[in-house]
Amino acid sequence: MKPAPFDYVAPVTLDDAVGALAAGGGDTKVLAGGQSLIPMLALRLARPTLLVDINRVAGLDGIREASGMLEVGALVRQRQLETWAAGRSPLFAHVLRHVAHPPIRNRGTVVGNVVHADPASELPALLLALEGVVVTRGPRGERMIPADRFYRAPLTTALAADEVATAVRFTLPPPSTGWGFAEISRRHGDFALVGAVALLARAVDGTVASARLAFFGVGGTPVCAAAATLSLEGSAATPERLASAARAAAATLSPDGDIHATAAYRRRVAATLGERTLTAALARCGGRS
Amino acid sequence: MKKELRVTVNGQEHRRAVEPRMTLADLLREELDLTGTHVGCEHGVCGACTVLLDGEPVRSCLMLAVQAEGRRITTIEGLAPGEGLHPIQEAFWAKHGLQCGFCTPGIIMSVSAFLRERPAPSPEEIREMLAGHLCRCTGYHFIVEAIEAAARALAPDPHRQ
Repeated sequence: MKPAPFDYVAPVTLDDAVGALAAGGGDTKVLAGGQSLIPMLALRLARPTLLVDINRVAGLDGIREASGMLEVGALVRQRQLETWAAGRSPLFAHVLRHVAHPPIRNRGTVVGNVVHADPASELPALLLALEGVVVTRGPRGERMIPADRFYRAPLTTALAADEVATAVRFTLPPPSTGWGFAEISRRHGDFALVGAVALLARAVDGTVASARLAFFGVGGTPVCAAAATLSLEGSAATPERLASAARAAAATLSPDGDIHATAAYRRRVAATLGERTLTAALARCGGRS
Repeated sequence: MKKELRVTVNGQEHRRAVEPRMTLADLLREELDLTGTHVGCEHGVCGACTVLLDGEPVRSCLMLAVQAEGRRITTIEGLAPGEGLHPIQEAFWAKHGLQCGFCTPGIIMSVSAFLRERPAPSPEEIREMLAGHLCRCTGYHFIVEAIEAAARALAPDPHRQ
């Protein structure tokens, strides 16, 4: 057996799960889908003394769409959201297809992926692009942590050790908003070297009403290039303006170099993917005759 | 401390007391002697340990055995309904879809669920699915052909009523 020994509890209520986390002390980990945690246990990068398995907790497996928000409970598998998105949200369906492989998505949860905070992962960047919120529960009650204040460093978030992330909420863009998603990876399903997700909405006069562009795989956390996309708003969306906004966005990034790609390569790819995703988002824009 | 576990594997119920750190892959191989489920990387990358959990493919190395409590597992040993080979196994044999055979059980378990969802997949869809499985003999071309042959074998015959 590869993981170091640990104790294991599988509570059936959220209160019991929060209680078990508090009682277990700092070396306790929450287990949901396990697709990131169990590899870390096998490699002994994580050596918790207690696992709190929340898979039997009632009420965490819902997908709810209400008043422009999509709430995804902590036990919703990535595959489950992918199935939900088919025919409802081409953006979510497209992004989820790039998260690992079907056998991983059958177990891996949306919330677990968001909370694991791998900087090269797709869903944290999507949450950031869609101005999402992480809902947590701990001994001090419930918290709503906005995505732009959630990510701090690789695998490090604002989630406290005694808190359980119970759901994530994505703000759903109006149907007329266009979207773009692109990533470069060595194999389909691998973590991306660089990826980008863009949203763009046009006003009735054809100018850009709002634009958002988020990158992943370009540093310690997902990054939203707010200043660069803000510059697009109010002007006509020409190919030149989109390309220049993408270049400006990429210039603000400080990616790391590693054996897979140099920092300079990642910045160049980010500019290209930024342009491609903004262009795709523009092409998908509705709401104008 | 060991935990009591009750799990149905290939239609047969088993009870064991296992350490929480034991993976489902180790339970199958070490406790139930079902060594057809292969263990390659043991961190979810290679796909050799893929089994069906209530009919859906999962990595058995990325699940604790205790999490299989009350669930239904199908391994390569339980794929064929009776004696002999399942049509997917037949197709892999006929099309030389395996060389050393290490990756084969995991691929075949994935394919069984994949063809249920996509009975007539394109070569691109097959390759996308195969990205989740490493074959270090690198015999991917024959594997793609085997999966195409399996899809044809499992498709309802249009000439028959």
